[in-house]
Amino acid sequence: MHRRDALKAMAAAAVVPMLPERAAAIPASSAATSREPLPLFDPPKLKGPRGTPSDPDLLRAKANWPMQLSARELVTLSALCDMIFPADAKSPAASAVGAPAFINEWASRPGGESSLVRVRGGLVWIDREATTRFGKRFHLVTNGQRTAICDDICYLPNAKPQFKFGAQFFDTVRDQTATAFYTTPAGWKDIGYIGNVAMLKFDGPSAAIRKQIGVE
Amino acid sequence: MSLRRSKTDTQYDVIVVGSGAGGGMAAYQLSVQGLKVLVLEAGRDYDPVTETPMFQTPKDAPLRGGGNADKPFGFYDATVDGGWRVPGEPYTNAPGTDFMWWRSRMLGGRTNHWGRISLRMGPYDFKPKSRDGLGADWPLTYEELAPYYDKTESLIGVYGGDDDLENTPRSSPGVLQPPPAPRTYELLAKKACDPMKIPVIPAHRAVLTQRQDANTLPRKLHPGNALAQRVLRQSMLDRQACFYATDCGRGCSIKANFQSTTVLMPPAMATGNVTLICDAMVREVTVDAKGKATGVNYIDKMTRTDHHVSAKVVVLAASACETSRIMLNSRSTLFPNGIANGNGVVGKYLMDTVGAGLSAQIPKLEGLPPINEDGTAGIHMYMPWWLYGEQAKQKMSFARGYHIEFGGGRVMPGPGFMGNLENYTKGAYGRKLKEEARRYYGSFMYFDGRGEMIPNEQSYCELDPEAVDQWGIPVLRFHWKFSEHETQQAAHMHKTFAEIIGAMGGTVQGTVQTDGSRAIARGGQIIHEVGTARMGADPRTSVLNAHGQTWEVPNLFVTDGAMFTSNADKNPTLSILALAWRSCDYLVDELKKGNI
Repeated sequence: MHRRDALKAMAAAAVVPMLPERAAAIPASSAATSREPLPLFDPPKLKGPRGTPSDPDLLRAKANWPMQLSARELVTLSALCDMIFPADAKSPAASAVGAPAFINEWASRPGGESSLVRVRGGLVWIDREATTRFGKRFHLVTNGQRTAICDDICYLPNAKPQFKFGAQFFDTVRDQTATAFYTTPAGWKDIGYIGNVAMLKFDGPSAAIRKQIGVE
Repeated sequence: MSLRRSKTDTQYDVIVVGSGAGGGMAAYQLSVQGLKVLVLEAGRDYDPVTETPMFQTPKDAPLRGGGNADKPFGFYDATVDGGWRVPGEPYTNAPGTDFMWWRSRMLGGRTNHWGRISLRMGPYDFKPKSRDGLGADWPLTYEELAPYYDKTESLIGVYGGDDDLENTPRSSPGVLQPPPAPRTYELLAKKACDPMKIPVIPAHRAVLTQRQDANTLPRKLHPGNALAQRVLRQSMLDRQACFYATDCGRGCSIKANFQSTTVLMPPAMATGNVTLICDAMVREVTVDAKGKATGVNYIDKMTRTDHHVSAKVVVLAASACETSRIMLNSRSTLFPNGIANGNGVVGKYLMDTVGAGLSAQIPKLEGLPPINEDGTAGIHMYMPWWLYGEQAKQKMSFARGYHIEFGGGRVMPGPGFMGNLENYTKGAYGRKLKEEARRYYGSFMYFDGRGEMIPNEQSYCELDPEAVDQWGIPVLRFHWKFSEHETQQAAHMHKTFAEIIGAMGGTVQGTVQTDGSRAIARGGQIIHEVGTARMGADPRTSVLNAHGQTWEVPNLFVTDGAMFTSNADKNPTLSILALAWRSCDYLVDELKKGNI
C-alpha cells in the first residue's frame, strides 16, 4: 500500500469506528479503550534490529562507549599484558593481538566502574612499585625486574598482605588478557581450536584419540 | 505495528496470541487446515535467515561477546528484547520470593533461543499422582499423545537414538534423524557411567543431521491435504542439514535447527491464510453476553494505541505466565476473576525445572591433539533418569527424577576462557601460562541436572494489585517455594556428578553441596516455567480439558506451557508442540461440528 492510500485508510478508520459487539459483558478495564480497526499503514522501521541494548545489530557489532584509559596508562598495561602472554615460538605476545585495547574496552564499559577503578588503580600501583624498587616505571625496567614484581602478585592465595591489592589487579589483568588473547585467530591457533568451520559430517574422535583416552 | 499478510483478510476464524512453540504450531496447523488465522506477536518481526550471526566470532563483538543484563546469554544470542528483564515490562515478587521470569519479545518467541533438547514425556510422566500420590495426573495418557510426538518430531526434525528405557520412550521407526557421533568427553563419560549403571545414550535434539524427505514426509503428516503438503514440502526444501558449526542459540540462518520462525511460520504464511501483526501486546480477551470469547484487545507498541480484533476462536500461546496474565487481566461482569477462572486456578501450580550443576577438570582429556568438537553445538549424549525402580520402592528421599546434560571439551574460546587457570597452576604467567593453557584446554567439563518439580500451592503468579507495565497493563506478582522433593533432588544431582567426575579420574570445581537448597537454581532460572492454566479431568481443579480448551469458555484455548499439569524432567518444548498440534486438530473438528 502506498503511503497516500495508507493515510486515506487511516482517515477513514478514524471516522468509521468498527465497534465490536460487547453487549452486557463489559470488561472492568474498558473505560479508556479506543476501538479503531487495524490501521493499514506502512509503518516506520519494522524489519531488523532496532539498535537498543537489548536489540543490537548482531552483524555490525561495535563497542560504542568512550574508552577511558589514557595513552600513558596503555603503555604500562601493554607491558603487563606481555609479561602475562609473551611471544613464544607458537604465538605472538598479547599486545600484538590487541589485548590492551580490549582491556580498555572492558574496563570502560557502561556499568563497569569497579573494573575501571581496579585497572587504573593497579596501573598506578605497579608503576609506583617499579619506581620504588628500581627507579623507573614498569615498562622501562628490565624483564628480570618486572618478573620480580610479578612473582609477588601472580597468585592471590600466596600473596603477602602488602601485595594483596596488586595480586587482585594482576589476576584481573590475567583473566582479561586471556580472554583477549584466546579470542583472536592467533589465540585459536595457539590453543588448537579448529572449529567454527562448516563440515559435511561429524565423525567424533579419531581412533588414535580413542586409544589415548581408553575408549576403544 | 508490523503487519505481514499472506492475503488481506478482515474476518478471522482464529486469533493466535504468540508465535513461539505453542503459537507457531497453532498458526501452522490451523492455517493448513484452511482457517483464517490472525497471529499477534508482542515482539518485533524477526528473520533468522538475514539476522543470524552464523560465523561471527567473539572477537567481532563488544566485550568479546560476553553477556550482560540486556543480553544474558551473550551478545550473539538470538533473543531480542528479552531475558530475565524486559525493558519497560517489569514483574514483581512477593516477599521471600526471588522468582526470575524469562521472556523474549520477537517473532518466534523463545524458540529462537533454546537448547533444542527434545525429550518425550513418558507414560509415568502423564500419571504422576497415580504413581506416587503427589501432584496431579494429566487428563491424557502417553499413548494418546505418542502419535503427535511422532508427527511433531517428523515435522520439526529431531535427532536421537532408538533406546527404549523405562519411562524414556523411543520414537516410532523412521521418525528420528540419525544422532551425531559422540565427542571425546562424551565417550569418556559413558565409560565412567557404565559400571555405575547410569545410562548414557544419544540425546534428542531438534537439529537436522540430514535433510528432511520433502517428497514423502508432507504426505505422511498431512494425508489428503494438498495445501498442507505443498507448503510443508517447500518449507522442508528450504531447510539445510546442520554443518556442525555455530551455536544454535544464535538462531540458524540455514534453518537446520527448529525455531518457529524458520520451521512453522514460513509454511503458515505460505498458506495464504495467515495475517501476522508484530509489536502487538495483547492485554485482554473480550467476551460477549453469553460468555463466549469475541476477540482480544491489544496495544500497538509503535503507536501506543489500543485496538480490538475479533474472531470465532481465541488461542492463547503467549508463554505460560504471559498467558495466565492475559487471562487474569480479562475481567468482566461474567468473569470477575479473569476469563475461565471461576475456580481460581489460573496462575496456580507454576513450575520450573529443578537445576543444579557442577564443573570438573578431567586429566584424561589434557593434551589431546586438536580436534573439532563443535558438533551440533549442543549435547550429543545425555543421561536419562535411571532410578525409577528405587523410587518405586521408596528408597529415595525425593519422588521424581532428573536427567543429566553435560558438555565441555574443546569449545570455542570466549569471554572468561582459561579464567580459572591460576587455581591449577598456582598463578602461572608468561610462557608457562601459555604452555599450561595448551595442556588444560579441552579438559574442563560441566554436568547439569534437569529435574522434575512437583506443583505446589505456594508457587503461583497473580496480578500485582498496583504495578503496571509501560503499556498500562497490570503486571504479574510471583510466589515461589521449592519442597524437599526438589532440594533433595538437587543434592542428589551434586552427589551423582561428583561420583561421575571421580569415576572419570577428575576433580570437582567448586563445592559439592549436601544441602540441596544451596545447589538448586532459582525458580525461573532454568527457563522451563510451565503450568498456571493446567489441564485436568476435573473442571473444579483445572483450567483446561485434555484438548487445551478452557472449561468455561469453549472457544478459548491455551496451547503453550501454561497447560502443563506436571513438569517432568523432560524439557518442555517438544511436548508443547505435540500438545498444541493435538489441540488444533480438536479445535478444527469442533469448529466443523459447530460446537464452538
